[in-house]
Amino acid sequence: MQTPGPIQYERATSVQNAIELLEKYGPETRILAGGHSLLPMMKLRLANPERLIDINDLDELSYIREVDGEVRIGAMTRHRELLESELLARQFPIFIDAEQMIADPPVRNRGTIGGSLAQADAAEDLSAVCSALKASVVIVGSDGERVVSMDDFHVGPFMTAIQDGQVLTEVRLPVRPRSGSAHEKVERRAGDFAIVAVSAALWLEGGSIADAGVALSAAGATTIHARRSEELLRGKEPSEELFAEAGGLAAEDCSPIADGRGPVDYKRHLAGVLTRRALSRAAERASNQEG
Amino acid sequence: MEITVTVNGERVTRDIEPALLLVHFLRDTLGLTGTHWGCDTSNCGACVVHLDGRPVKSCTTLAASCDGHEVRTIESMEVDGRLDPVQQGFHEEHGLQCGFCTPGMIMTARALLDENPDPSEAEIRTAISGAICRCTGYANIVRAVRWAAEHESAEARR
Repeated sequence: MQTPGPIQYERATSVQNAIELLEKYGPETRILAGGHSLLPMMKLRLANPERLIDINDLDELSYIREVDGEVRIGAMTRHRELLESELLARQFPIFIDAEQMIADPPVRNRGTIGGSLAQADAAEDLSAVCSALKASVVIVGSDGERVVSMDDFHVGPFMTAIQDGQVLTEVRLPVRPRSGSAHEKVERRAGDFAIVAVSAALWLEGGSIADAGVALSAAGATTIHARRSEELLRGKEPSEELFAEAGGLAAEDCSPIADGRGPVDYKRHLAGVLTRRALSRAAERASNQEG
Repeated sequence: MEITVTVNGERVTRDIEPALLLVHFLRDTLGLTGTHWGCDTSNCGACVVHLDGRPVKSCTTLAASCDGHEVRTIESMEVDGRLDPVQQGFHEEHGLQCGFCTPGMIMTARALLDENPDPSEAEIRTAISGAICRCTGYANIVRAVRWAAEHESAEARR
């Protein structure tokens, strides 16, 4: 029987209140969002917080809206809301690709985007999605808020830039014209973590690629940001050959480990193939988008 | 800590340990053992109940988080000896053998039909993708949910 160890529990009444409670109780206090990463970690004693601050009732952190050229997503927005969002389907269909394959519907009813990113699990999909989209996150503490890029947010395996007394409140996605995005994932069975997954985004200008985002899940100790693939793509005309070459670079630049989901050479092969496929679909979507 | 949860339409107040999981609150604190406790890891779906109308895995939800919220379990499905159409569908179409997954399956299916009264086979299979059955091969479960959908819509037309 797996149950969390003894804890103290308090429910935050606002983001400010959550920050006050974190400061009052100190570093052994954790924020409880959807709980689908933290509670399993607590059952396994991989996380042993003394106290949880529950933010599940903070409706103020549940939204998806377009503001000042960005799509802003509240940290407590649940997977289900991401999957059902018309705004995301239109602007960033990569979310729909990913959400259809993240866990299962009951889990998606609880798990949140903020919780997923804050867990910083390299096998988790939304971190790669946000990295490919060049997202930034908003972290709030008693001394104000700061906006941090995904590269600076994930500082190591299961480690983020969120410090004691701070709360992740929002994800920001820049909206640029003629963009397309896609997520490709191969899993052993429905709802499992990826064997490897790849997120890709392209921004077109004229006949060529103005900017590109490529990131990989479950292909290393952290989410892999495939910078060399992105550099290769910039300024070039989209083509299957180019995407295959970008896939080859991503396969070289990731660092998967052999485990029950497969050996290293297979995972590298997948990384290359999925990168090519994700870029190809992203390009198709970008060329279909008006603007 | 003290929590008040509306369970199957009835407000209950209990003193609990904050670490108590919803599945154990239902089974051990309230004696509602219809909700099954399976894998402990949010994989199997045997523990699915409705929280504010949405199916969730009660093994991965703190009872404390349900304070002030509404929970619905399998015990609420049959009313005055009359089975819910989903239960009747499982009976008619042999949607179970050992029955261990059945409470979670039925609550998952009930939530689907509440939102989508006429789901396709693919939609049913997606909805129950977080619920594992080791007996039926799922074919009869899908038929059971379709049976419920067809009989509910027939009832609604009457």
